[in-house]
Amino acid sequence: MRHLRQHLPGRRYHHGGGDGSRQGRRGQVSDFKALDGNQAVAEAMRQINPDVVAAYPITPQTEAVQVFSQFVADGEVDTEFVTVESEHSAMSACVGAGAAGARVMTCTSSAGLAFMWEITYIAASMRLPIVMMVANRALSGPINIHCDHSDSMGARDNGWVQLFSESPEEAYDNMIQAVRIAEHPDLMLPVMVMQDGFITSHAMERVEVFDDQAVRDFVGTYTPRYSVLDVENPLTFGPLDFYVYYFEHKRQQVEAFSHAKDVILEVAADFNRRFNRNYGLMEAYRLDDADVALVALSSTAGTAKVVVDELRGQGVKAGLLKPRVFRPFPAEEMVEALSHVKAVAVMDRSISFGSMANAGPLFLEMAAAFYVNGNGSKVPMVDYVYGLGGRDIGPSEIESVYMDLLRIADGGEVPNLVTYLGVRE
Amino acid sequence: MPRAKGWRELPIGGIIDEPGSARELETGAWRAFRPVVDQEKCINCLQCWMFCPDMSVRVEDSKMVGFDLYHCKGCGICASICPVDAITMVVETEAAKEGEVK
Amino acid sequence: MATQTSTPTRLTLRDLSKKSDRLTSGHRMCPGCAAPLVVKQVLMAIDEPVVVTCATGCLEVATTIFPQTAWNVPFIHNAFENSASTASGIEAAYRSLVRQGKIEDNNTRFVAFGGDGGTYDIGLQALSGAMERGHRMLYVCYDNNAYMNTGIQRSSATPLGANTTTSPAGKVVPGKRGMRKDLTAIMAAHNIPYVAQASPHNWRDLMQKVRKATAVDGPAFMNVLSSCNRGWRHDADETIEMQRLAVDTCMWPLYEVEDGEWRVTYKPKEKLPVTEYLKPQGRFRHLFQPGNQHLIDELQQEVDTRWERLLKLAGES
Repeated sequence: MRHLRQHLPGRRYHHGGGDGSRQGRRGQVSDFKALDGNQAVAEAMRQINPDVVAAYPITPQTEAVQVFSQFVADGEVDTEFVTVESEHSAMSACVGAGAAGARVMTCTSSAGLAFMWEITYIAASMRLPIVMMVANRALSGPINIHCDHSDSMGARDNGWVQLFSESPEEAYDNMIQAVRIAEHPDLMLPVMVMQDGFITSHAMERVEVFDDQAVRDFVGTYTPRYSVLDVENPLTFGPLDFYVYYFEHKRQQVEAFSHAKDVILEVAADFNRRFNRNYGLMEAYRLDDADVALVALSSTAGTAKVVVDELRGQGVKAGLLKPRVFRPFPAEEMVEALSHVKAVAVMDRSISFGSMANAGPLFLEMAAAFYVNGNGSKVPMVDYVYGLGGRDIGPSEIESVYMDLLRIADGGEVPNLVTYLGVRE
Repeated sequence: MPRAKGWRELPIGGIIDEPGSARELETGAWRAFRPVVDQEKCINCLQCWMFCPDMSVRVEDSKMVGFDLYHCKGCGICASICPVDAITMVVETEAAKEGEVK
Repeated sequence: MATQTSTPTRLTLRDLSKKSDRLTSGHRMCPGCAAPLVVKQVLMAIDEPVVVTCATGCLEVATTIFPQTAWNVPFIHNAFENSASTASGIEAAYRSLVRQGKIEDNNTRFVAFGGDGGTYDIGLQALSGAMERGHRMLYVCYDNNAYMNTGIQRSSATPLGANTTTSPAGKVVPGKRGMRKDLTAIMAAHNIPYVAQASPHNWRDLMQKVRKATAVDGPAFMNVLSSCNRGWRHDADETIEMQRLAVDTCMWPLYEVEDGEWRVTYKPKEKLPVTEYLKPQGRFRHLFQPGNQHLIDELQQEVDTRWERLLKLAGES
């Protein structure tokens, strides 16, 4: 899965027609459209044509809901759109509709995800394959509408599969794949698809949109295992579950997650076969021969690629590892991908307050992964918490991180385990 | 109690797929007082059936034929609302001693 | 969302007794609890298939302890505050799947249950939203006047002066302060096709209301008084009598609001003083102690005012 996505989004297609459309490997037609991340997600939702969407507007996700509402109003989808009065009810209605055997989707951000919290656990434990786009935004307080990852990172243990997207196109692709991942019989788990609020949700880029029918063929039809609408075989959903069985039900969720990596890769392989875009659990960018490497999620990885290219031009062997999947966490794969480098910097767009050295969640996962899977490897690893509340992260900041790594790789002291990058003293 | 199942044996999602399976539970064991009907007095108005919160008044062909003592919790609503006082509540231990089952 | 004029069929116990139980015996509600009676009567009144949602509360925990369920119809409990929004999702899914031809339309009715805690308080927003959106569902609040599942804490449905564990009658504070919220009127203000207040002691009135509520093409709300002998502190066999007294004192008037038309469905021949209702219940015992008479007076005055207002709305005064 490494090496396969060597270029920035929008620069990696070789067989485009002059009219903006192209013929894919299996005769599928696609179009290049200028879409921002929210529009791209709404477009994916239109093509998927879910049975029910229950959603509530929140900045910066609002546009996705608005655009989809227009699709509903124009009869372009069969979806029942439940215009709930809160995110709590959005997720509650999704659970009801999911239990009724419908294909269900929603979108949220920040406080909206926090308000859904209780019900996200219930969705996961009821094994409902709900797909939700999260336009990552900082949590209050103080209130802030811009990007960081504290919302979905806080939800990392709620029982959802989590996919992070670098660009509008990745958000589009991830939404489509999420349906298949969620509904896979071995999983039956809800899936969160993240993109960076404003940075990609509102940034217009070229997105290759596939033919409607091709997308519908890919996602296929959903046959629910259980339905609360089955009046012939009445089922009880959501019973009171004491200590006699609660643990067994949690064990079943663990079992589903133990299949999740395989399922994600299987779905990605089929996606690649049909649409000629290759996804894995992560993306390695110029990492194979790298001396120093960054680990970064979502749009920051895109910025880092530019820096990597520049540094390579200067003869610095810089590399990048971009996790696509945070839950299930691809611990072994990430350690293997980084085992040869001399120093690693993890970029965290949120803080796990009170954790070891007040680091970010991605760093904590990576530290644990190296301890367990690293075969005693002592690759120096540092954490950079950055970009909170939408604080800009540019190529110069990322370059400074690589410079730190080079010093560490050179045998220099590890200055700080955790650095808060760009905060004023 | 039957053996508790392991996680591999259970349907996923916390589903219960046996409707009405609570009938297995002997809530009649909670009872301190037992309803006893005098069939001579009973006019089969079925009020006791309607007001039983435990679905424990047995009706066959529109006739009140007794109580489901496996489930009856002995609340006494049936006796209190019976318009002809055909139902009396007797102390469970004594009723059981007399072997007056059903 | 016009109401389909429904002439309620004559309900007889003889016919009803032939129906199979939709909530079965073996549930673990307390002896003498009225909530299973409410459920029994509501579901028995509906001839069509039903799907039930339920808020967290006594009814849910006592009927679904894994691996047994007392429900003989499809049932879902999601959380405490979202019985209405869960039902919204189910109803939306049903409409979507039927419209797309993915499932058959079998006239399924959607009934959401919640206690007063899950309805008046924590679930009010979800309920209001669901009603405003126009989902075809019947929401039934079984109002036992307090958070009984957690051990008798006051809710906004608790009457003035009632002794609960979070509004205890003490040396300085004589029980619950303030009047109860008039939720039925709040729901009527949503201008939905059908709203009613009922009591299971008058089963025929309750069941006819359910039949009207489930015949409308839109949302319906019913508030049903549901005695909790543990919390109200009366004997288990007095449940039906307490319900009757609540209605005959006009503490709990039986009425309906059908397409905006208010109608009192039962008028006591003789309106009893509220003390008739208060006296047999331990939760009000302290009101009869010296110095607390004014609370009884206030309660009586409030009941009279609300009753007069209701009669006026119903065009009866």
